[in-house]
Amino acid sequence: MSTTPEKTNKAADLVTVTIDGIQVSVPPNTLVIRAAEQIGVQVPRFCDHPLLAPVGACRQCLVEVPDAGNGRPMPKPQASCTIPVAEGMVVETQVTSKVADKAQQGQMEFLLINHPLDCPVCDKGGECPLQNQAMSNGRGETRFEGVKRTFPKPINLSPQVLLDRERCIVCQRCTRFSDEIAGDPFIALIERGAMQQIGIADDAPFLSYFSGNTIQICPVGALTSAEYRFRSRPFDLVSTPGVAEHDSCGAAIRVDHRRGKVMRRLAGNDPEVNEEWISDKDRFAFHYARQDDRITHPMIRDRAEGGGKGELRPASWPEAFAVAARGLQAAGASAVLTGGRVTAEDAYAYSKFARVALATNDIDFRARPHSAEEADFLASVVALSGDVSYADLETASVVVLAGLEPEDEAATIFLRLRKASKGRTKIVALAPYATRGLLKMNGRVVPTAPGAEAEALKALADDGLTALDAGGVILVGERLAQSHGALTAAVELARTTGARLAWVPRRAGDRGAVEAGCLPTLLPGGRPAADASARVDAATAWGVDHLPDKAGRDGDAIVAALLKGDLGGLVIGGVDPDDTSDPDATRAAIEAAQFVVSLEQRLTDVAASADVVLPVAPVADKAGTFVTWEGRPRPFEAVFVNPGSLPDLRILAGIADELGVPLGFRTVHEVRAEMESMGPWDGARPALTLGKEPKRTKPKAGALAVSSWKMLLDGGSMQDGDVHLAATARPAVARVNQAAYDALFGMHEGPAEAVLTGDRGSVTLPVEVAEMPDGVVWVPANSFGRGVLADLASPDGSVTLKGAK
Amino acid sequence: MTDMLTPVLTDNWDQDRAWTLAAYEQQGGYAALKKALTMAPDDIITAVKDSGLRGRGGAGFPTGMKWGFIPQDNPKPKYLVVNADESEPGTCKDIPLMMASPHTLVEGVIISSFAIRANHAFIYVRGEVLHVIRRLQRAVQEAYLAGHLGKNIHGSGYDLDVVVHAGAGAYICGEETALLEGLEGRRGQPRLRPPFPAVAGLYASPTVINNVESIASVPSIIEHGADWFSSMGTEKSKGYGIFSLSGHITKPGQYEAPLGITLRQLIDLAGGMREGHELKFWTPGGSSTPLLTNEHLDVPLDFEGVGAAGSMLGTRALQLFDETTCVVRAVLRWTEFYKHESCGKCTPCREGTWWLVQTLAKLEQGQGTENDLDLLLDQCDNILGRSFCALGDGATSPISSSIKYFREEYLAHLRHGGCPFDPNASTTFVTTGATA
Repeated sequence: MSTTPEKTNKAADLVTVTIDGIQVSVPPNTLVIRAAEQIGVQVPRFCDHPLLAPVGACRQCLVEVPDAGNGRPMPKPQASCTIPVAEGMVVETQVTSKVADKAQQGQMEFLLINHPLDCPVCDKGGECPLQNQAMSNGRGETRFEGVKRTFPKPINLSPQVLLDRERCIVCQRCTRFSDEIAGDPFIALIERGAMQQIGIADDAPFLSYFSGNTIQICPVGALTSAEYRFRSRPFDLVSTPGVAEHDSCGAAIRVDHRRGKVMRRLAGNDPEVNEEWISDKDRFAFHYARQDDRITHPMIRDRAEGGGKGELRPASWPEAFAVAARGLQAAGASAVLTGGRVTAEDAYAYSKFARVALATNDIDFRARPHSAEEADFLASVVALSGDVSYADLETASVVVLAGLEPEDEAATIFLRLRKASKGRTKIVALAPYATRGLLKMNGRVVPTAPGAEAEALKALADDGLTALDAGGVILVGERLAQSHGALTAAVELARTTGARLAWVPRRAGDRGAVEAGCLPTLLPGGRPAADASARVDAATAWGVDHLPDKAGRDGDAIVAALLKGDLGGLVIGGVDPDDTSDPDATRAAIEAAQFVVSLEQRLTDVAASADVVLPVAPVADKAGTFVTWEGRPRPFEAVFVNPGSLPDLRILAGIADELGVPLGFRTVHEVRAEMESMGPWDGARPALTLGKEPKRTKPKAGALAVSSWKMLLDGGSMQDGDVHLAATARPAVARVNQAAYDALFGMHEGPAEAVLTGDRGSVTLPVEVAEMPDGVVWVPANSFGRGVLADLASPDGSVTLKGAK
Repeated sequence: MTDMLTPVLTDNWDQDRAWTLAAYEQQGGYAALKKALTMAPDDIITAVKDSGLRGRGGAGFPTGMKWGFIPQDNPKPKYLVVNADESEPGTCKDIPLMMASPHTLVEGVIISSFAIRANHAFIYVRGEVLHVIRRLQRAVQEAYLAGHLGKNIHGSGYDLDVVVHAGAGAYICGEETALLEGLEGRRGQPRLRPPFPAVAGLYASPTVINNVESIASVPSIIEHGADWFSSMGTEKSKGYGIFSLSGHITKPGQYEAPLGITLRQLIDLAGGMREGHELKFWTPGGSSTPLLTNEHLDVPLDFEGVGAAGSMLGTRALQLFDETTCVVRAVLRWTEFYKHESCGKCTPCREGTWWLVQTLAKLEQGQGTENDLDLLLDQCDNILGRSFCALGDGATSPISSSIKYFREEYLAHLRHGGCPFDPNASTTFVTTGATA
């Protein structure tokens, strides 16, 4: 609830006040309520929140000020959440002042007269600031014998957030959060007096990506989520700290569970990362681990007599390990495809497994469109880097976003940038149009068509309006890999302007996979696979004679080689073919492979067609580390002890044992120790070389180039099972500029739909107008069907639009 | 006896069509403006300071000093906002003034804006008084047409635009920071101070907020001089003011007199109490000021005198009640008003008024015990000085003062098992003489 005021070394900068007879020195402008915390006095409060602007509405925190620092008393009790300290100020809280104590008890009594006191059936009961402080700072008995104000039972502010107005004490924490922090002021005070309540407009429900935070900071049980309401009592829950697995932000979370089942997740308090806020995806999307298709035991495929495909059947772990090892051995050259979702320890295990057990550099974590330029960029610039932190975003003069839409792809960054934009930080985005997220950051868009990012980045160097200099930060998203030369241009822009550069991937495990060497060009610790001394260094650390020196294939090349028959075996974990640059080709490659070992949580269609299926533990079942986009390790421990649920690294170690090349670890902690002792590479780093521009398919006449990214809430499989969350997702629409819209619909008024047709399929979507360059259409990447890459167009593709009536 | 009256603001009210520009100018209107435009703005501020004019909206803060707080080195625009949201029960001076002579206010607005170097002024009028709003809008229009407003007023190089803004019907918007919120198009609830409006008021710019009567008094000060103004009134409460008499009085209305006049004198001027009846209790400045009784007939009605008697001069809204009136019922009605008008922002006012009404209603029906009086007083103690703005404080005044003077009457309700008064006796329709 409270933050410690910033530490400062200069005593001269401190203000000394006396609270309850105890002197305390705090930085200037510290609020009295927080100065009191420094001497261990908790003044009761409701509307006060350290991350929100003071409002002084609930009046619970009244204290006496016998000396305001000017020798004169303040005439009446003061709200300690609104007055800053002054040198020589004397404050008496409820501890020493009868007046303050009575004033506080009086406010508490008032707050309770219209409160239903339904604590026994209220979700907040047991963890309720109103309940707790009524006990600590209230009267034992009420004197109110009258009639309470009542409201009909709860109303939906959104499909997810419900409001019980009777319980609300209108402290305005929720409305202030939505306005000040999230920038989504969809909830506001309406009516007045005792009928004052939180309300929404008829046509605008509380559809904010951050709405769950209001539930967490509500000091009473007025706000509840449809997802957790009536599910459990706080005192039945066990809380375990965790790290959100949905993006590369590393938000601290608290996992509350009961009898082996996660009941809810809350934001953890980490001032250096997510402060006290998380996105609704981090909060509500955790049911994927309890879906019906969760795999609970290993399975192996019994080849049918006569070479048919055969059926999967349950198997013991030892049998599965042995069959997997034999199969891979028999298949000849094998490769590893792993998604960006695994922990750093698991990524390390995949990396080592490929090099040591399969003797190959054919490994890639990039289950998405990627390029050789990007692999170089990751090896030379990203690995081992740690130039930019969240705190740096707040102090930056300007933050340039390229190939990154923070509100959708890195929600914690969005909140931090929005906070920064309220100060002196300017936000500039290279994007096809100014998104709602950008407008909320008061940002400026540099309209950029897909493929034009490199040119736009080059132009920024001399852009006086942006004025990028050494105080600036460039954040590049993983989508830049799809735009030839863009990453090179970003590096060059950073070099010429002195601005710092950071890469922001979408998935939690992406950065850790870079550090662990899940790339054909990288070994763990940033060691270049092409560098003989780096290979010797890694081989020594691993106690093996040598590591493969043949250049590895990247993801697309692995797919091609499997299709061609150059590769026979495949170890695949956490990859959804629909995310890859050619979903059909990836599926075909899996079919074509002689032997496929699948490590999955759920029976995906990849797992269903594999030869050995090995269930892996979801994050709640294992310890691990996610590395944030900053390069900050975020270790977490297992929430549950579930002996049958093994992390990827244990499974890989089991297969390696059967292959006769033990990996040397069996537990997460052993991997951590090994990574620690191996350490980072201190030799030469590879250079970034800009290869030849890949051949782009020429768009058809009149076709629009596709710009696309995944929205925060969409069809992603890690949001499966969360119906209320899904109902708060933004609808799938296509966006075009006014000219294209007029060309499509002419004078047509009202909702308009169009059929979009690309080289991989067509889809019908509502169309909205956005100010964007000619020849561009924006579509959400995974909000319809199997997504853009599977159902609409290839990565650098284009589509034609036709009005649908 | 009428020589006790000093009609300045009300002087022209009996003129034919007094609200027109022609009528106003015929009796010397806008002469003060011409004079002011030749003066240095600081000299106008000095004159208002020297006159001793204190805010007529109730709090009595020296007007000239308020103007002096405006940081003239602040590069932001300065604003004058006139608080014409007169909504206090009993208070009826600004609305009659704007009804009868809107140009007095408009002239004051121009001079005051010129003094504080504001190029935009706003008059925030209570939304319910449509007729007054129309007269004010017409007066502003006439002033534009006559060159009193607009660009380069009378060749002085000074520009001023005036906006008449109609409120949406909330008592809270009479609180100056809630008024600013309303003017900016937001929900009318008071703002946290500091920053004070003089530094960051309307649109976060330096803003002076004055009551209608304060601003309307400015032309006469400029025309006749500070000494003329300060020659009236008492030592610390200078000048004249409008005293609004209502209730059980023979001739209710607005009586303009120097501050310091007594209620006894005013009742005489108004033809005495309702025939055959005696004064029982009264409010000196609207329902938010603690009520007084017939012991206080000779209290000088200035800021200090009424303060010494345990109440506040407030808006000089003298509501007079004779012995037929049940004080418990009157206080309950007022409290219901505060409950209805509580904006809801802070706990003590929002929840406290909800509870006070229930406790009072029970007592009025003769239910409850004597302990409920102590409960009422304790509720008031938990509201007074604990609420966010002064409106919560005001809600407690009638209750605590009535219990102070009429505790026995509360107890009579309990003994009687209900109100011992004939509710009809205090009305106009069964008895003669009352004209409230």
